[in-house]
Amino acid sequence: MSEKSWIGKPVRRVEDARLLTGRGTYIDDHPPVANVFHAAIVRSPHAHARILGYDCSAARAVDGVAGVITGADVLKHTKPFSVGVTAPVHYYCAATDKARFVGEPVAVVVARNRYIAEDAADLVQVRYEPLPAVVDPERALEPGAPVLHEAVGSNLANNRRLVYGDPDRAFADADVVLRERFKFPKYGSTPIETYGVIARWDALEGVCTVWSNFMGPFIMHPLTARVLGLPENRLRFIVPPDIGGSFGIKSSIYPYMALIAVAAKLTGVAVKWIEDRREHLLASSTGTDRVAYRELAARKDGTILGMRFRWLDNVGGYIRSPEPGCSFRPTGNFVGPYRFQHLEVDASTVMTNKSLTGPNRGYACGHLYFETEGMLDRLADEIGMDPAEVRRRNLVGPAAMPYRTPSGGLYDSGDYPTAFEKALEMAGYDELRREQARARAAGRYFGIGLAVAVDPSVSNMGYVATALDPQFRAKPEYLPKSGAVDSATVKVDPLGRVIAILGSTPQGQGHQTVVSQIVADELGLIPEDVTVVDEMDTFTRVWSISSGTYSSRFGSVGTSAVALAARKLKTKLVEYAAHLMEMPVAALEFSDGAVRAKAGKAPSYTIKDLAGRAHWNTESLPPGMEPGLQATAVFGFSVAKAVDAEDRVNSSNTYGFIAEVMAVEVDPETAAIRILRYVSVHDAGTIINPMIAEGQIYGGALHGLGGALYEEVQYDADGQCLTGTFMDYLVPTASEAPTIEIGHVVSPSPLTPLGSKGLGESSSMTVPAVIANAVSDALKPLGIRITELPMTPSKLWKLIEQASRSHAVPTARHPRPALP
Amino acid sequence: MKPPKFDYHAPASVDEALALLGRYGGDAKLLAGGQSLVPLLNFRLSRPAALVDLNRIASLAYVREHDGQVRLGAMTRQRTIEFDPLVARKLPLLREATRWVGHLPIRTRGTIGGSIAHADPSAEYPAVLTALEGQVVARGPKGERVVTAGDLFRTYLTTSLEPDEILVEVRLPAMPPGAGWALEEFARRHGDFAIIGIAAVIVREGSRCTKARLATAGAGPVPLRLRAAEEILERDGLGDAAIEAAARRASELVSPDADIHASAEYRRHLTGVLTKRAIKRALGVARG
Repeated sequence: MSEKSWIGKPVRRVEDARLLTGRGTYIDDHPPVANVFHAAIVRSPHAHARILGYDCSAARAVDGVAGVITGADVLKHTKPFSVGVTAPVHYYCAATDKARFVGEPVAVVVARNRYIAEDAADLVQVRYEPLPAVVDPERALEPGAPVLHEAVGSNLANNRRLVYGDPDRAFADADVVLRERFKFPKYGSTPIETYGVIARWDALEGVCTVWSNFMGPFIMHPLTARVLGLPENRLRFIVPPDIGGSFGIKSSIYPYMALIAVAAKLTGVAVKWIEDRREHLLASSTGTDRVAYRELAARKDGTILGMRFRWLDNVGGYIRSPEPGCSFRPTGNFVGPYRFQHLEVDASTVMTNKSLTGPNRGYACGHLYFETEGMLDRLADEIGMDPAEVRRRNLVGPAAMPYRTPSGGLYDSGDYPTAFEKALEMAGYDELRREQARARAAGRYFGIGLAVAVDPSVSNMGYVATALDPQFRAKPEYLPKSGAVDSATVKVDPLGRVIAILGSTPQGQGHQTVVSQIVADELGLIPEDVTVVDEMDTFTRVWSISSGTYSSRFGSVGTSAVALAARKLKTKLVEYAAHLMEMPVAALEFSDGAVRAKAGKAPSYTIKDLAGRAHWNTESLPPGMEPGLQATAVFGFSVAKAVDAEDRVNSSNTYGFIAEVMAVEVDPETAAIRILRYVSVHDAGTIINPMIAEGQIYGGALHGLGGALYEEVQYDADGQCLTGTFMDYLVPTASEAPTIEIGHVVSPSPLTPLGSKGLGESSSMTVPAVIANAVSDALKPLGIRITELPMTPSKLWKLIEQASRSHAVPTARHPRPALP
Repeated sequence: MKPPKFDYHAPASVDEALALLGRYGGDAKLLAGGQSLVPLLNFRLSRPAALVDLNRIASLAYVREHDGQVRLGAMTRQRTIEFDPLVARKLPLLREATRWVGHLPIRTRGTIGGSIAHADPSAEYPAVLTALEGQVVARGPKGERVVTAGDLFRTYLTTSLEPDEILVEVRLPAMPPGAGWALEEFARRHGDFAIIGIAAVIVREGSRCTKARLATAGAGPVPLRLRAAEEILERDGLGDAAIEAAARRASELVSPDADIHASAEYRRHLTGVLTKRAIKRALGVARG
């Protein structure tokens, strides 16, 4: 791009003025219809209970109540949602036969306002027969465990054993075989804006309109239409211009969209429901908690030969689509940035009496890399090699790009060794090691962690079928799935200004800014000349089932659609100018916002000149040219293919890279972890707006820090949720944010017109790994290795205390703590 | 998270507020800064018939010196205390503790009387009141009475104040000139309630300790004076061995509970660690 390029500049976000002055239009600011009623949802206080009946008479008698609907109405008026597995799990938008987690919706009260609705909700009587609960995924698979879904017969929702290469041979040939058990916590995103839904069911038109802060994927539109018994062209989803954060969590709002739609249908009024924070913490969505058994086979020179993963992912009371993406979203990048070819993955999806799960920033990758990078450090320890050197010996090299992984991923571009060395250099890795030696000699617990990861963006919808057996997928009635598509329309008004219309659902990512930069570059304008409209509406936007703003897709697929639409329009402008100038198209070029002759003297036509003529005088168009100056482009990746018979799938479309170094010190008396240095190097291809990119890295890092140190949705053994408020569910704030030193390496993607890749999940997938490795390194003198997150001070102190008692030699500076 | 219906009153005087409390016969709640009460209302964990809002009673917000005490009106905001010059001079421990209270927006609304009357044992102000051997003034239908810190806190979120009484004033003896102080606190995040907090005041004459005051936050159902640990310092002086012994004694004196954030053992251990750190830091600023 030239000096005049807007791409690559930290252009200020056009969204911020309205957002920072409280003028955004969020779902709760959005009164699309008059006379809206408000819903309060009655939720199960039991983790597991049979529903014996309802008495809603007292609630219905409250002045201002429009109606009460229960699970019985849901059973009668809706179908269950499709689930991503073959097990017969009947997942309705509210409990119908049993409640299977605390907080599961069992009834909805619709009233004049939320106060009355909550008063009346207190009066709804639900008769329950409490049943024994189970919350631990290993316990849930034991014989005799309470079974949540009788039709399934056990709590195992799905199991797949995927084999790539010859892992048995790799383990037989290995000099070193290491095994470890890891536990990853259940945590979410807690966006500032909670879920919100407004539904109107127009009985005369037969159209149901649902406004919500749903972020996609819009596959949920046809699925919800089926649940509600509506033709798809009678169900309209509208997303307001602003969403107050999501980080994956708002993809799982769809059951509430169905529930509130049914409430609107049965009460005959428009219904609004804004989730409160308690509801959000109890029953929105989180990532899975996972128990992982890992095995690694290597040569003693550090070469990894193969790995085995055995996973138990806990999806809570029901397996809700797109689960079991918790296991399979990273299928193509199971091996991360490493060259080994032999892999076995045994992925079990388990249902327990916890809240439901779904995509959460870094979807499944935080789990994956926490385990893999933990194993890499164990290998380094085992063979007495520096952990940086072990990684160097196994990274995929730049000459191998594009690189096909054994599990079917196609890494489009990258220079992993260069990015990794850059991170080490920025951190002053060798000096950090010397500092560590000095600190250890002084009795201090100083540690250095490393983590490298392939950062997948733009999910290929086809990956979800990895959950199904190849024999099932081979049946003639089975329809293969694949794709990752986004669209954009660019139009020029009669005075030459541009409007770009997207089908995306930004949640703070700055799509308007980024798109204005791209269109300005393509059409030789300035960003202020471009107005970007991104209010998704399934009735008016061009969309497909993969549409939406998730899996870091806009920076890759959305921007591609915008660039292609602008280029289409540019082609038309040149053709039109050629006609006016009576010159061949080949003699013209588009530069600096005008069509000009490549050589010689000739008049030039600016966009404004052309726009006025084209709109006001269609006679001036060349014969056969369609009137109007707009272009719509739909961009799709040709590398998004269905999963093959050997379970290989290119589960994402573009793949970035992350390399991180963190130095920490642990106070052995309090177990407090202090982050001393944190370096994060990313390769996300072309960076369109470095300020926005760095914002994503900061946010991702802090989110990962949440899962590593603070956040966990906790339950007692009876399935009662212990983290119903922000006093118990701790989210890192600005005060907890470490200083982050960010570096970039740019390996443009050959698959996208701008060379860009996604970056939205970024360090959320590496921070759990890098800080766990750093703390393990710090506590190495005590023989402690971190295998479970979050590392709360209380839990960490217990490890230190046990280690100090059992085998470590107390240092002079830190004598063994005196205990009563 | 909407509260059930309640009556709302905003009296302009303490007498008027007392009359309202009497009228509701124990079914009214006093609203001070609202930082704890309002969430309890929204969660429907507290369902009073009425709220009596003290925020319009201007006479309840003051900081003044009287008779060797600093007297703070119950409605004095934490943010005011943080920057009050008299507090800085006479009660540096209170000033330091205030900086540990929540975050700026919380301190802007939160009051000293509200925090103490709420009696969260993990909060900073109850620990400071205990360490400084302060008092509160309760006014009821029968007039005023003075309640010492030791007599005030009964258990979690429970004080000896009667339902028809209002905590109107907090009295803290001015710290002796040259006294050293520290508030050591450990929480999982900045601004959270303490997992353990230790308030310390040390008065020294050379290596002799003429007065030691230690109190806890987060180490049980009420803030605790660690008298037996104080005695070790007052008896054995301020050498490392005495400090270690006092810290060990401190951890023996508490019976903390476990919660989602920390085990009882960890809290007990932290009580010792933070007692040691608080004494050492207090010693560092003590003169004499």
